Amino acid sequence: MIRPPLPRWLLLPVTAAVVFLGVPLVALLARVPWTRLPALLSAPAALDAFWLSLRTCALTTLVALVLGLPLALLLSRGKGRWAAAGRTLATVPMVLPPVVAGLALLVALGRREPLGGWLAASGVDVAFTTTAVVIAQTFVAMPYLVVSVEGALRSAPDDYAIAAATLGASPTTVLRRVSLPLVAPAIASGAALAFARALGEFGATLTFAGSLQGTTRTLPLEIYLQREVDTDTAIALSVVLITIAALLVAATARFSRGAWSQP
Amino acid sequence: MSRQLCAGLAAALLLTACAPASSGSGNTDLVVFAASSLNPTFATLGKEFEAAHPGVTVRFSFDGSAALVDQLKAGAPADVFASADKANMDKASTAGLIGNSPVQFTTNALTLIVPKGNPAGITGLDASLDNKLLVVCADGVPCGTATKKLAAALGVTLKPVSEETKVTDVRTKVESGQADAGIVYVTDAKASGGKVDTLPIAGADKARNSYLIGRVLASKQASLAAAFVTLITGERGQQVLETAGFGG
Repeated sequence: MIRPPLPRWLLLPVTAAVVFLGVPLVALLARVPWTRLPALLSAPAALDAFWLSLRTCALTTLVALVLGLPLALLLSRGKGRWAAAGRTLATVPMVLPPVVAGLALLVALGRREPLGGWLAASGVDVAFTTTAVVIAQTFVAMPYLVVSVEGALRSAPDDYAIAAATLGASPTTVLRRVSLPLVAPAIASGAALAFARALGEFGATLTFAGSLQGTTRTLPLEIYLQREVDTDTAIALSVVLITIAALLVAATARFSRGAWSQP
Repeated sequence: MSRQLCAGLAAALLLTACAPASSGSGNTDLVVFAASSLNPTFATLGKEFEAAHPGVTVRFSFDGSAALVDQLKAGAPADVFASADKANMDKASTAGLIGNSPVQFTTNALTLIVPKGNPAGITGLDASLDNKLLVVCADGVPCGTATKKLAAALGVTLKPVSEETKVTDVRTKVESGQADAGIVYVTDAKASGGKVDTLPIAGADKARNSYLIGRVLASKQASLAAAFVTLITGERGQQVLETAGFGG
């Protein structure tokens, strides 16, 4: 059956939407000093920021997978008040203004706060370290993985898991051989989304981790600094960030399309 | 019908978005772009300016000097620009954005601050900072350029754990006790009240930075803008600035 066509007047708001979203990006690309781009991007400060961002985002994605997958599994089975509360807790950091996330982390883990002070006294002082960057990024990025995987698990068919269990597979085997492979595309797209969100993390890192070249100054923080110092470098680095983000989002879309095709 | 509705809606949205925030009857806006460190003092003086000029509303945009220059270059509607250093005012002048030649109206010096009670036992820009968490401004922003100049003049090597883009970010990290010490402007230390202890730096005068103010060329309120500049450079303006720790 062929879907009925959309009304033609929709083109008007659609054009407005595309222009609205596209113009700032095109304007930024138009301002890029293309001839100086290689020199700007190979400056030590830019390279340090780039590698620090890639390293911390990879670590963040790993932590988000290790901690977020079990949470998503449990939430997908949960019903009632506790599951609702858990789901809210797992989603709130997503919509929290970044500076608020940074403040929350600072109040929790700051050196002069009860918990942070106790940790520092036991030798775990994260203040101004790369660890603090990963903590800030994980706090805001993990929810993307949890929400994405939980949604997929909820809408995934139960038949295969039930069949496997009936045939004598242990819960771990069902999880490893059936349930997780079934939502593999969602895990991949959730991980890509978490990576992309971590890459853009700015407010929490700035508030909580500080800004030092090679240690805590990730790409967004370097852009923020260069905006004050040299606009051309800020724009060049922005293009790098946009490119990586666009690739990740495209990859996410590809993973999502692949869902359910190979149970 | 629906197309007209859409167009009407879009036009209405655009109009609302583009209309100036305050276009009250007979009211004139004077827009002042000023460096972040001028925040409490200029706000106070703005109130007095409004009282002296009925029907005038002074609206401030406080931000980093470089960010303000970028906004001016992009055509932001401002009448007066006050920069926290000469370099950024020069950038604005070179770009042909400033009307008359800008004037220096005050200076600011750097100082060392520590969390209240000085938990890390810092004594100054000396060995007491070894292995302690020192936070400064990044080289390239006005307070960071001044910090670099001061360290060079005093012959000390600083090993900060963080180089912030805004001086207020240095201040808040010391206030919260996250950092053991920070280098900020004297005015920031004063504005912090009782939350930090101040350790004056001997020789801080070697790296004072100058604050400059000028009328924006594109301003349609030339005489009002000039009157505001006069208030700042005049006796009353200087008095308020000195109380906050500027100059001296």
